[in-house]
Amino acid sequence: MKLIYTDSLVIGAGLAGLRVAIASKERGLDTVVLSLIPAKRSHSAAAQGGMQASLGNTVKGMGDDEDVHFQDTVKGSDWGCDQDVARMFAHCAPKAVRELANWGVPWTRVTAGPRQVVVNAEKVTIEEAESAHGLINARDFGGTKKWRTCYTADGTGHSLLYAVDNKAISMDIPVHERMEALSLIHDGTRCHGVVARCLITGELHAYVAKSTTIATGGYGRIYEVSTNAIICEGVGQALALETGVAKLGNMEAVQFHPTAIVPVGILTTEGCRGDGGLLRDKDGHRFMPDYEPEKKELASRDVVSRRMTEHMRKGKGVDSPYGPHLWLDITLLGRKHVETNLREVKEICENFLGIDPAKDWIPVRPTQHYSMGGIRTDKTGQSPQLKGLFSVGEAACWDMHGFNRLGGNSLAETVVGGMIIGKYVADFCQDNTLEINTGLVETFVDKVRSEIDELVEGQGTESPFVIRKEMERIMMDYVGIFRNGPELEKAVAELQELLKRSRVIGLKCKKRHANPELVEALRVKRMIKVALTVASGAAARTESRGAHAREDFPQRNDKDWLNRTLSSWPDENSLSPELEYEQLDVMKMELPPGYRGYGIDNAIAHPDTAKREQEISEILAQLGTDADRHQQQNALMPFDVPESLKPKNERLSEMLENLSAGEIAK
Amino acid sequence: MSQETAKGRTLTFNIFRYDPQVPGDKPKMVKYQLEEAPGMTVFIALNRLREEQDTSLQFDFVCRAGICGSCAMVINGFPTLACRTLTAKYPKGEINLMPLPGFELIGDLSVNTGKFMRELAERLKLWLHPISDDIDVHRLEAPMDPAEAAKLYELERCVECGVCVSACATKQMRDTFVGAVGMMKLARFELDSRDGRELEDFYHVIGNQDGVFGCMTLLGCQDNCPKDLPHMQQIAYLRRKMAVTLV
Repeated sequence: MKLIYTDSLVIGAGLAGLRVAIASKERGLDTVVLSLIPAKRSHSAAAQGGMQASLGNTVKGMGDDEDVHFQDTVKGSDWGCDQDVARMFAHCAPKAVRELANWGVPWTRVTAGPRQVVVNAEKVTIEEAESAHGLINARDFGGTKKWRTCYTADGTGHSLLYAVDNKAISMDIPVHERMEALSLIHDGTRCHGVVARCLITGELHAYVAKSTTIATGGYGRIYEVSTNAIICEGVGQALALETGVAKLGNMEAVQFHPTAIVPVGILTTEGCRGDGGLLRDKDGHRFMPDYEPEKKELASRDVVSRRMTEHMRKGKGVDSPYGPHLWLDITLLGRKHVETNLREVKEICENFLGIDPAKDWIPVRPTQHYSMGGIRTDKTGQSPQLKGLFSVGEAACWDMHGFNRLGGNSLAETVVGGMIIGKYVADFCQDNTLEINTGLVETFVDKVRSEIDELVEGQGTESPFVIRKEMERIMMDYVGIFRNGPELEKAVAELQELLKRSRVIGLKCKKRHANPELVEALRVKRMIKVALTVASGAAARTESRGAHAREDFPQRNDKDWLNRTLSSWPDENSLSPELEYEQLDVMKMELPPGYRGYGIDNAIAHPDTAKREQEISEILAQLGTDADRHQQQNALMPFDVPESLKPKNERLSEMLENLSAGEIAK
Repeated sequence: MSQETAKGRTLTFNIFRYDPQVPGDKPKMVKYQLEEAPGMTVFIALNRLREEQDTSLQFDFVCRAGICGSCAMVINGFPTLACRTLTAKYPKGEINLMPLPGFELIGDLSVNTGKFMRELAERLKLWLHPISDDIDVHRLEAPMDPAEAAKLYELERCVECGVCVSACATKQMRDTFVGAVGMMKLARFELDSRDGRELEDFYHVIGNQDGVFGCMTLLGCQDNCPKDLPHMQQIAYLRRKMAVTLV
């Protein structure tokens, strides 16, 4: 066993983890990042569409600001998010975009003058202002009022990840590659680091640190068909769960993306629809306006996915050997647009489907995409149960996405969350000492070692690959886009059986160093527990909210369910997690629950909603008409961010106003 | 959808096997057979072989979508991304898989490209060196020519798969040669108006036999690059720029 000490330990080298590492290193802290793979291969690279930030540079983004971004995010979350966090996020997003420009991201820029775009299947000409020329551009994305999604062609995640990793390299931040964390080291109240296994040599390492940040991404790979990279397996969430102390939040909130290609589940970006692409059925009919006349293809992702599924259930899907699918039509955008702004999509279509998307329609269907749930943290990114344990990005339930995430808010969360939480992590490291209890460390290392011994030398007979396939099928069949009581109960029961079987895995390959079967065995045992938190949470939540849609409980029930599911696993021999609920306080909300804007308004109101609305109008009346939007916001729901992130964001529109006001004064 | 393959065809895979950590292990080619399925890629095939026939088989995949660059290997003599290589591409149904040459071998088809790329980045300082560190993120961003931004993105599409390095004869002969990947990245920063480095700074790292003057223009990098990056154009561009610094 190797023992390694550091101040700030980060698990996961995607955008969120690297951004936290940079924040730590900026403060002069010793920082180490662990990663399963080279940092630049992280799943962050796959994000194509872009990141939301209310810069308001383009003509279609004029009038945008933090307030509009905040409202879109809260509505998008179906009122499940933490509104304080959504505020912190919307406030810091423009700063993160501008910081990334300084680190080398070649954001697509505004070109002054007229340009043709496709809006609602029609070509229209928009005219960009001379004063905006060269500023950062934005495109349209689902569920947002303004064009707010900043992008670099359709390789935004790639260019962000490269810029941030380059920054980390320039700061000499070490990334220990091919190193897998398998257990947190903790004493029940404080986290002290992790036990990790080198995927090349098999050697166990104990990393002891002041702070440990889990930034391992989502848990999409518990599903059979997912847009996620194959490393998004939920092991980060399992690390927290297996402490028995730390809690996971809203694990049942799992988003399906409307347009992954069939059969492999590789994503075509929402930018396809944002730029004007249409969804068509087997008759070539554009069906989304029939269901959502206002937002059409650009309704929120959970809504579009459900409408597509409904439409296919009516027999309107295209038959294929892999089941029914629908068509995504981007031919109307023209070849030039497809070959420049949607180039990754073109490559994916050519390589995996053998089609030319400038000419042919793309076979798509909704596919598991994003994990809104994760390690429950407070606003500073710290686990309320385990001091020194932080989590950020998709791994966390911070919780700005609530029950549905808006497109362009995930990439934004990685860097914005990393920017904010990184500062709190650094604060924590400065305020706390390193505590090294070698006895405690050895206990945790021994536990992992005996787990490996048991797998390699034990009498187990189950195959980790078979168990994994079973788990993926159960999640796909019973915990999908539409859910119901009997199927969810079945999912829980079958996963519990599987959990028992996972305790008697035996390996064919007995190597202790690089051994893919051993890696699979260690992961699948943990993944099933994560899957159980998803299925159990979904079975218990008898309402529909955001991406969680119960056929037997179609109403959003604010009266009984305006809360966050917390799951923990205090008894390691148990077959199920413990569930409890954390209430959301309507009286503290800036935006009390209301109509989300899709279909019929069938929500069961919370008794406090009317009361809070009344209170808000009184507060605003008291402030008077002289108060600006910042003063109004502060009166309704004051929020905090680290000092250096507090200044207001400058915008082109304000600059122009000030300029003309100055001229008038002259 | 054109995913048809010869149905029920049996594919033969000849796979390089070697575990450098097992004392006395000898490199060898091992034959496996698998029934082809519609739309099958080398990613799907290798996973099935591991799950059903040999659980010790080592290879790397991450995104399985041609985005991350982790799965480069030599397929029937050509280095390429395995995840997006359809088995239907090979009419004889015989597929030979070898690890990428030029990198440290971890085992079987898995090589340590990450270690190589990190060392290269440190050696060539492959990050933006901003003209000014004093930039305020709360203020309006500095404008940039839209055409420059688009061009930078075009050069930035490299996924560090290592194909250009393994397809380079100079690199095979001279280990210290920086390869197309390093030069492509330097060209990207040379072009970036936000980068404060001068031509002399670039000359310092690539104005020699290990850099632009070592390239023999055999085109292996450009011919095999899965992202179709214009390597030769960029190397030629840098070479001219470096020559200018000598005048």
